[in-house]
Amino acid sequence: MDEGKAKIIDEIISKYASRTGRVLSVLEELQEKEGYLSKESLKYISTRLNVPLSDLYSVATFYSFFNLKRAGKNIITICMGTACYVKGAPKLLEELEKLLKVKEGETTPDGSFTIRSARCFGACSMAPVIRVNDRTYGFMSPERLPAFLKLYGWKQG
Amino acid sequence: MRVRSLDDLKAIAQRALEKLCGRRIRIAVGLATCGIATGAEEVYSAFLKGIESLKRDILLTKVGCIGYCREEPIVNVVIPGKALLLLSRVRPEDASEILKNLIDGDVPREKIVCRVKEWDHLLEKIHYGDGFTDVSLYEDTPFFKHQRKIVLRNAGIINPEDIEEYIAVGGYRSLYKALTEMTPEMVIEEVKRSGLRGRGGAGFPTGLKWEITAKSESDERYIICNADEGDPGAYMNRNEMESDPHSLIEGMIIGGYAIGAKEGIIYVRAEYPLAISRLQIAIEQSRRYGLLGENIFGTDFSFDIRIVKGAGAFVCGEETAMIASIEGETGRPRPRPPFPAEKGLWGKPTNINNVETWCNIPVIVYKGGEWFSKIGTKNNTGTKVFSLVGEVQRVGLVEVPLGTSLKRIVYDIGNGCPDGLKVKAVQIGGPSGGCIPEGLLDIPVDYESLKEVGSIMGSGGMVVMSERTSMVETAAFFVSFTSEESCGKCAPCREGLKQMLNILNKILMGKGSPSDLELLKELSETIKTTSLCGLGQTAPNPVLTTIKYFKEEYEELIKRYD
Ligand SMILES: Cc1cc2nc3c(=O)[nH]c(=O)nc-3n(C[C@H](O)[C@H](O)[C@H](O)COP(=O)(O)O)c2cc1C
Ligand code: FES
Repeated sequence: MDEGKAKIIDEIISKYASRTGRVLSVLEELQEKEGYLSKESLKYISTRLNVPLSDLYSVATFYSFFNLKRAGKNIITICMGTACYVKGAPKLLEELEKLLKVKEGETTPDGSFTIRSARCFGACSMAPVIRVNDRTYGFMSPERLPAFLKLYGWKQG
Repeated sequence: MRVRSLDDLKAIAQRALEKLCGRRIRIAVGLATCGIATGAEEVYSAFLKGIESLKRDILLTKVGCIGYCREEPIVNVVIPGKALLLLSRVRPEDASEILKNLIDGDVPREKIVCRVKEWDHLLEKIHYGDGFTDVSLYEDTPFFKHQRKIVLRNAGIINPEDIEEYIAVGGYRSLYKALTEMTPEMVIEEVKRSGLRGRGGAGFPTGLKWEITAKSESDERYIICNADEGDPGAYMNRNEMESDPHSLIEGMIIGGYAIGAKEGIIYVRAEYPLAISRLQIAIEQSRRYGLLGENIFGTDFSFDIRIVKGAGAFVCGEETAMIASIEGETGRPRPRPPFPAEKGLWGKPTNINNVETWCNIPVIVYKGGEWFSKIGTKNNTGTKVFSLVGEVQRVGLVEVPLGTSLKRIVYDIGNGCPDGLKVKAVQIGGPSGGCIPEGLLDIPVDYESLKEVGSIMGSGGMVVMSERTSMVETAAFFVSFTSEESCGKCAPCREGLKQMLNILNKILMGKGSPSDLELLKELSETIKTTSLCGLGQTAPNPVLTTIKYFKEEYEELIKRYD
C-alpha cells in the first residue's frame, strides 16, 4: 500500500468518528474518489477499522453500488425500474449493448464506457431514463442513443 | 443566529416573507431531479443572464417540484400584488421574452398552466393577489383539483435550500409548540389521535409504534428515517426531501422529543444525490439556527441528525436489514421479535418511520390530531402521495386523501393512457404489489381495499399499463427483480423465486403446460408463508394477481405449445 493512498484512506476514516454508518460511508467515499475498491484498499481499511477482511469483502460484494473492478471513463446506467421497463428500457439496453459491443456490467476494451443497470433513479416521470456519469437524461429512445454517445467521445465503427 | 423564542421565529418569518411575496418580482425555477433532467438548470442560467443584462432588481430563486412532472421545466413567477403563475415547459430561449413581459406586468399566456391567488401552507397562508383573471385557477385545473396537499404543502413554492423561507410559511413553529407546551406523552397522544399510519407500506399506526419505543426500558434510543425508497417507479420520498427537507427534519426532531432519542439517522439511497445534498444543507442550517444540536429553543432537549447513504440493495428498505446495514454489516434482515422498538440499532430501542410519515408530523402537532383524522376515511386518515407514472398522460406526483378511488387518480388526474390506448391495469405497491385490472379501478385507495384485491399499498408507486403490455412478461419482470434482490438468507425466497422465474420464462418461450399454473400458485403460497421477511412474503403477489385477473394471457401462451 503506497503512502499516498494510505493517507487518503486515513483522511476519509477520520471524518467518521461515530460507528453509526461508518463502514458504508468509508467505502462509499473511497469509491467516489478512486472509482472502485481495490483489494489492497480493503485490506488497509480492514486493519484500520478493525473489521475482519472477510466481513468487509462480503459487504463490498453484497451491495450493488460497490465495484471491485476499475470501471470505464464513462459509466452509462440504464434504469430498469418498472416505469422505465413499461416505457421500453429493455430495447434501450439491447441497442446500447449493440452499439458499444459489450454487455451489461462490462467495460469496452478501450476503457471508455461501462454499461450498468439500475433499479430506479426516481425520475420515473420521464421514463425511460439513462444516467451518464452524474447526469440524468429522460425520454430516451434507441434512436437517440448514438447522438448521445457521441457527446461522450464515442465513434461509430 | 440562534433561535430561542417564538418571537425570534416570527422575526425571521417576517423578513423571509419579503422574499416569497415582497416588493420585487420573483422568478422561481423548479430544480428537483425531474426538472433538471429536462433542462431546468439551463433555464435558470438563461434567466440569470437576462436579469443581469437588464440590471433590474428581480429575485431569481430555486424551488423544488410541484408534482406536475409532465410539464417540466416548471417556473413560477410572482409580480407583486398579483397571483402567482405557474409556467410550463419553459425553455432557455423563452427567458428573455418572459422577462420583458414581467417588467411590463404581464406574462406570455401560452406558457401559463394556472394561477394561484392564495397558497395554504397549513401553518400559514400566503395571499398573492388577483390579476390574470382570464387564466384558470389552480383549484380548477384538472391535474390539481382533486388533490389535497399536506405532505407536499411547501413543495414547489419555497426554496428548499433556505431555512428562512421554511420558517416564513410556519416552519419550526410546531417544534416550538411541542417543546414548550407539550410533554412527550402529549405529543404521542396527538399522533395517536390523528390516526396516522406508516407510509412506508405496512400501515402500522405511528403513534402506537412511538409509544412502544418510548416505553422500552433503556438509557438510549434512536430514531431512523427510512429514505431508501426501493420500489422502482416510486419517487415520492425523493421529491419530499428535495423540495422540503426541513419538513422531514422538523418531524424527526419532534419525534426524537416524544420518543426520548438524542440521535436520528436518515438512511437515504445512493441513487438520490440531490436529495442527500439538500438534506445536508438543511441539517447544517438547522444547526446554525440552533434548531438541531444542544438545548433546542433553550430547553434541555438536545437532538442531532446524521445521514447514512445506502449502497444499492433493495432489501435494506426492510427495517431490520437497514439496522444491520447502518451497523456496517451486509444488509440482511434479522428475525423479529425482537422488534426494533425493543432492540434495534446497537441493541437499543429504535423507531423507524418512512420519510412521508415524518413529514406529516409538524402538521399534526400544530393543527391537532383531531383535524388530521377528519381527512381521508375512518381507518385511513390523512393523504398519501402517489407517483403516477408509466403509460399515463399526466405523469407526476399526486397527493390525495386516502380513500380516493383509483379511477379518479388514473382518469381524472392522469387523463388515462396516451395515444388513444386503453388502460389495462395499474400496478401498485412496488415489486411485491399487485396488478389491479381496469375493471376494479372503482376501489378506494386504502390499506385494506388494496389488500383485498391482492395488492399492497407499498410506498406509493402507481404504474399504469396499457393494453399493449403483456401481463405475463410483467409478472416475470417483477419476479426477476425480487429474485435478484433476495438477500439469500432464507431458502423459500432464494430458491423459490428462482424456480418461479424459470417457470414464467418457460411459459413466455411458449413451452409452458397447463400444470405450470397450479405449480406457480403452490410455490407462491409456500414462499408467502415461509419466508423470513416481507420481501419473500409479498414477492409472489404480482404472479398471483396476474394469474387471477389475466389468466387468459397465460392460457394463450400455454395453448400455443399444445
Ligand atoms: C423488502 C422490503 C423493502 C422495504 N422497503 C422500504 C422502503 O424502501 N421504504 C420504506 O419506508 N419502507 C420500506 N419497507 C418497510 C419497512 O420495513 C418499515 O416497515 C417502514 O420503514 C416503517 O415505517 P412506517 O411505519 O413509517 O411506514 C420495506 C419492507 C420490506 C420487507
Ligand atoms: S423506473 Fe426508471 S427512473 Fe424510476
